[in-house]
Amino acid sequence: MQERTYEKYFRQNRLPHIWCPGCGNGTVMKAIVEAVEKRKLPRDKTVIVSGIGCSSRASGYMDFDTLHTAHGRAIPFATGIKLANPELNVIVITGDGDCTAIGGNHFIHGARRNIDLTVVLFNNAIYGMTGGQASPMTPLHKKATTAPYGSVDRPFDACQLASAAGASYVARSTAFHVQHLTDMIAEGISVEGFSFIEAVVQCPTAYGRKNKMPEPAQMMAWLRDHAVLQKAWDKLPEEKRSDKFPIGVFLKRQFEEYTKAYAEVIASAQGGKK
Amino acid sequence: MTEMKLMQGNEACAAGAIAAGVRFFGGYPITPSTEIAETMAKKLPALGGCFIQMEDEISGMGVVLGASLAGRKVLTATSGPGFSLKQELIGYAACAEIPVVIVDVQRVGPSTGQPTSPSQGDVMQVRWGTHGDHPMIALSPWTVRETFDAAVMAVNYAERFRTPVILLMDEIVGHLRENVQLPNASDITVYPRRRPTKSRAAGYQPYEPEQDMVPNPADFGTGYRIHVTGLIHDYTGFPSGSPVVTEKFIDRLHRKIAIAQDEITHYDEFFMEDAEYAVVSYGGVARTAYEAVRKARAKGLKVGMIRLMTIWPFANKIIEQTAEKVRAILVPELNYGQLKYEVERAAAGRCPVSLLAKYNTLLFTPDEIVDGIENLTGGRI
Repeated sequence: MQERTYEKYFRQNRLPHIWCPGCGNGTVMKAIVEAVEKRKLPRDKTVIVSGIGCSSRASGYMDFDTLHTAHGRAIPFATGIKLANPELNVIVITGDGDCTAIGGNHFIHGARRNIDLTVVLFNNAIYGMTGGQASPMTPLHKKATTAPYGSVDRPFDACQLASAAGASYVARSTAFHVQHLTDMIAEGISVEGFSFIEAVVQCPTAYGRKNKMPEPAQMMAWLRDHAVLQKAWDKLPEEKRSDKFPIGVFLKRQFEEYTKAYAEVIASAQGGKK
Repeated sequence: MTEMKLMQGNEACAAGAIAAGVRFFGGYPITPSTEIAETMAKKLPALGGCFIQMEDEISGMGVVLGASLAGRKVLTATSGPGFSLKQELIGYAACAEIPVVIVDVQRVGPSTGQPTSPSQGDVMQVRWGTHGDHPMIALSPWTVRETFDAAVMAVNYAERFRTPVILLMDEIVGHLRENVQLPNASDITVYPRRRPTKSRAAGYQPYEPEQDMVPNPADFGTGYRIHVTGLIHDYTGFPSGSPVVTEKFIDRLHRKIAIAQDEITHYDEFFMEDAEYAVVSYGGVARTAYEAVRKARAKGLKVGMIRLMTIWPFANKIIEQTAEKVRAILVPELNYGQLKYEVERAAAGRCPVSLLAKYNTLLFTPDEIVDGIENLTGGRI
């Protein structure tokens, strides 16, 4: 049997978690700690920061310094931690509502600053904690308790948003593609700058039941059948893309990281008057 | 003492915070507080500190809370509209017990109001702006020199009690320029960041209170692997739904400040020895009130003055004593009436308490307050 090396990263006395049966959040949480192990991040110098919502409960189960902030505000708190002590590795856990609705402004400005955070967005396309309301990432015409006739609000593509706002690394994967997801996160951790990974997760309870996928396995099959690797996606004709979505690394670029840039400000200020 | 220099209230605020060890500022520009951010942007990097201009007032609050958890002493500054936006995270700081100082340089509201005329309209927002039961410490200086001291004190109290502290300034003091002589660094008492007093192995719990009822959650990155949350939590720092834990927690938050109230209540008494009437005043208005009391004295009126520096927790004792002694109290305020009701509550019928309210963007003139005193005395000398 394969050794479960990831278990040491969890606070065993806080488990079991509060997520519903069939939820994909636990898969992403595990992928994060596997990526931490892969990158050999020192545990006492790694901080997990989360917002509010289903995704953001993950911080409480993870055995690091952990911070469960207010709704939408994980990135500002994380920015303060990283800038105050740049030797810390800071991983942000957020959700589609937390990151792109109430925290949308912080999200784009975190990317714009290119501060060295690894932001993992658990995208379940719904507000799960409050019982299934539409989020800015609920697909068009899908149902939610606040969109009983189907959502008419156009959804965000959070990866495009992060790319346009200035992130150094942008990727997407799903809770079905576990190894791929782990690799996407691990690569994001190794990039110096603002890294953004969207992890599409199944939420059979709050989303699936309203949208003809009440069984976890149905939702996992949907992830399998609709996620298309970037290379294949590029070759896919427009008419065949319909409700499919690409996964993989969308962007990786080098741009001066914020705390490095600020270290230069300090050096210049301490060097006396110019 | 250092050499005499001309300084603005907002600059003195920044200087005091730096003297108390603040090495991180995050915020968003808003008049009449912006000079504090500008001063910090210039001075902090030279001290190895950080300044960051955030995308909004809310993140200005979030970023300093993160930096505080990572071990820095932190400051943010704002005015009315921004102070309203910061309220949720002020409550977060109270609940998670994160040291932070928030400067509110008051201006006329509500809403965008009259930018940026002086006001004292945020007195009650300071106390009750964030939701839920929580204590609050707020200091309101009346001179540029005292603004420096109040900033030092605010940072020290934030660290000592691990709580948000509001430096409640107003446009008058914030933009005032006076000659000041600041103390030497060696004469300034600085409260150090609290640290865990035992190891995990010895049973350390991040939110277990010490004798002074304040816990010592470890700074991030120091190996304790603590959990910090805005949910109500037990000594471990993890959320608890227990009614017993909740009640004990809310109790302790209040009591850690209440048991130190005498120590953190600062006020001045002027001409109170033979006073038959008293003016209770604070902030920039106290400057005018002081002049008015002197003028009234010259007319033969036996009037004294209590100048409150600590606004919250409210200085019940001195108001009780004063109300016991005098025939009536006058509270001049640049608002529609806020602290007057607190004075009245503390006076508890021992003497009448009158409000002199002004809310038209203009300052009181000394004569307006003299008239208020004369109305109080009914012309009696």
